[in-house]
Amino acid sequence: MLSGVDLKSRSMIDGDSIFPFRHRHLLGIEGLVPPEISLILDRSEVYVEQNRRADKKQSLLRGRTIINLFFEASTRTRTSFELAGKRLGADVINMSLSTSSIRKGETVIDTAMTLNAMHPDVLVIRHPESGAVKLLSEKVNCSIINAGDGSHEHPTQALLDALTIRRRMGRLSGLKVAICGDILHSRVARSNIHLLNIMGARVRVVAPRTLLPSAVERLGVEVFHDMRKGLQGCDIVMMLRLQNERMQGNYIPSIREYFHFFGLDYEKLSRASGEALIMHPGPMNRGVEIDSVVADDFGRSVIREQVEMGLAVRMACLELLTANAAGADAPNL
Amino acid sequence: MPVRSEAAPPRAAYVNARLLDPATRLDQPGGLLTEGEAILDFGAHVTQGALPGDAEVIDCAGQCLAPGLVDIRVQLREPGEEHKGTLASAGRAATAGGITSMVCLPNTHPVIDDISVVEFVARRARLLGLTKVYPYGAVTRGLEGKDLAELGMLGEAGAVAFTDGVKAIASAKVMRQALLYARTFDLLIVEHPEEPSLALGGDMNAGEVATRLGLIGIPREAEVILVERDIHLVRMTGSRLHFAHLSTAAAIDAVRKAKESGLPITCDTAPPYFAMNENAVGDYRTFAKLSPPLRAEEDRLAVIEGLRDGTIDAIASDHAPEDEDAKRQPFAQAAFGGIGLETLLAISLELYHNGHCTLLDVLRLISCRPADLMGLPAGRLAKGAPADLTLFDPDRAWQVREHELYSKSKNTPFDYRPVQGRVLMTVVDGRRVFALG
Repeated sequence: MLSGVDLKSRSMIDGDSIFPFRHRHLLGIEGLVPPEISLILDRSEVYVEQNRRADKKQSLLRGRTIINLFFEASTRTRTSFELAGKRLGADVINMSLSTSSIRKGETVIDTAMTLNAMHPDVLVIRHPESGAVKLLSEKVNCSIINAGDGSHEHPTQALLDALTIRRRMGRLSGLKVAICGDILHSRVARSNIHLLNIMGARVRVVAPRTLLPSAVERLGVEVFHDMRKGLQGCDIVMMLRLQNERMQGNYIPSIREYFHFFGLDYEKLSRASGEALIMHPGPMNRGVEIDSVVADDFGRSVIREQVEMGLAVRMACLELLTANAAGADAPNL
Repeated sequence: MPVRSEAAPPRAAYVNARLLDPATRLDQPGGLLTEGEAILDFGAHVTQGALPGDAEVIDCAGQCLAPGLVDIRVQLREPGEEHKGTLASAGRAATAGGITSMVCLPNTHPVIDDISVVEFVARRARLLGLTKVYPYGAVTRGLEGKDLAELGMLGEAGAVAFTDGVKAIASAKVMRQALLYARTFDLLIVEHPEEPSLALGGDMNAGEVATRLGLIGIPREAEVILVERDIHLVRMTGSRLHFAHLSTAAAIDAVRKAKESGLPITCDTAPPYFAMNENAVGDYRTFAKLSPPLRAEEDRLAVIEGLRDGTIDAIASDHAPEDEDAKRQPFAQAAFGGIGLETLLAISLELYHNGHCTLLDVLRLISCRPADLMGLPAGRLAKGAPADLTLFDPDRAWQVREHELYSKSKNTPFDYRPVQGRVLMTVVDGRRVFALG
């Protein structure tokens, strides 16, 4: 998924970092190596501080064009990328294509190539089909950030989750993380499983068997069907959104039953470590996968902090990828 | 390049050949003499010095001369989807692949569920004069799985067997009726064995690769469930049944047991299922999106074992042309299927080169055995038989490249694969329809 990295070459961004980020696109977490992830998180820290100042804007990406190309509805991720680009001084355009040219019969590839002809520097793409962003990356000559493709990957979500955890816990390595809910359909789960494994955390998944993909243990996770056991001693509890349309495929019999066995409440949470953090990629279904009171627990829920970290992580990704595009030797992946 | 002679030469002698006939297990140096459209004589005694004076002489330079290959599962796309493939483009691809007879699926537009369409296909193919085309008839009208097509009349018109093509017959009741009715006329039903509701919406084999790629898996059990159901229906009805393109260890095992118990069941597989596994999907390669999907490595090995021990009766190309628009799509939206006419021999010969089968056994799987299954006058070297021949070099190395193939659609799952075994010349009814340029 990502090209090999020349260990000897230096980062073009940060004179202090000994490790480069030389990918042209960010299509997924799978295939990244620990120093690359650390580099993104380190750069993100800088933007967390900058975003907390009164003057949030800088001109690093002045003159650059970023197009948010969303083939699937999104408010949070799209807004986050838009703000990230604007804070770096880039021109940002949003295109939501579930409504325009797709209806007219234009193919996904045609749309991307049309936009590519306008010379954007970065395309941020979300698409409802797994692999669609990778397909488009083969057709354009700008950088691409995968903002979520089907059930495949959502790399910036995993990075923002990692940043949130690292800031709170001081590390990723050795932590016990339980990812709970609809693993089967979740790109957030896949990206997080990859990232946490790469960084040396211990990952568990907790779900009814109907919401687990086949051979999921081959991704390097421990599988639990009993949430109380799954949360035992965990440092992080990551909840996933349960989409309402999952009721149709007989994945679960009812919301009530799902919450009874797999919804996060204080009783189940009590099995986790006393300082366990509660995370959720949003938007939440209160009372479906997470109890409202738990979600709003100021001491333990870091759900709002995740949103803040998301902005910083996306700024770091934009910075790193555009810096590569300026260099002549960025490999084509 | 394809060549066409309007009429067969009065007499032609193929001398200095290695004669191979899997039906009689003949493997000896010699020559073969054709007269008009038929084989007049063949054997060690047919040599340059002992020929009728008017015979045109073709020196085979010691290469293999075998019965023309027989491919029992080909999608032609004509009538209805000529932008993907036509009888002419498939005919050129088939002759380049050494195939002299092929059986085409009824999933055209219109569907081959009416005698007029059977006659259309047969007439168009005859006029082209390339590879002989025999149509399957639909089991159910419109391939809708509900009402039986006119099996008896379609059979009289020339349909050699019956199938709903790339769709399984979902209803057990309809399948039972089809089997019973077909037995009345001793017709063969061919099933695409995939339990439809379990496979619905699936993109590739269920397992680790699908999970990593975030694609919806088609469980391997979808195949064996339908195979087992149909085996019970065969036991109930006594009818003949053939399973197309088996791809899983469990289904092959079920057929093996059914055959041991004496049921009139046969099956085939296609080259991708013994030459590739699900890893070929790699990074969403839609050319590797096939139906049934490429399976796990243990399934691939079980297919080879099935070919070795005779459980699997034949290899068919499963040629399924899809144009760029249908394949250059996000994986879930891309069409299923791969072309296979021009790689049938080379990929099948991997079984020989890898030491799994003898050369004659490989040829048997792609000539006389499939011909017998469908009752075709093909697949044998015999005096008086149609002069349908393939001249090939079993060792010649080449690389599959999609743009070098004759097929109109280029969606080969074997693109870039280095292979061994090249067709040098193809003869249909005594006429040389292909010679390697």
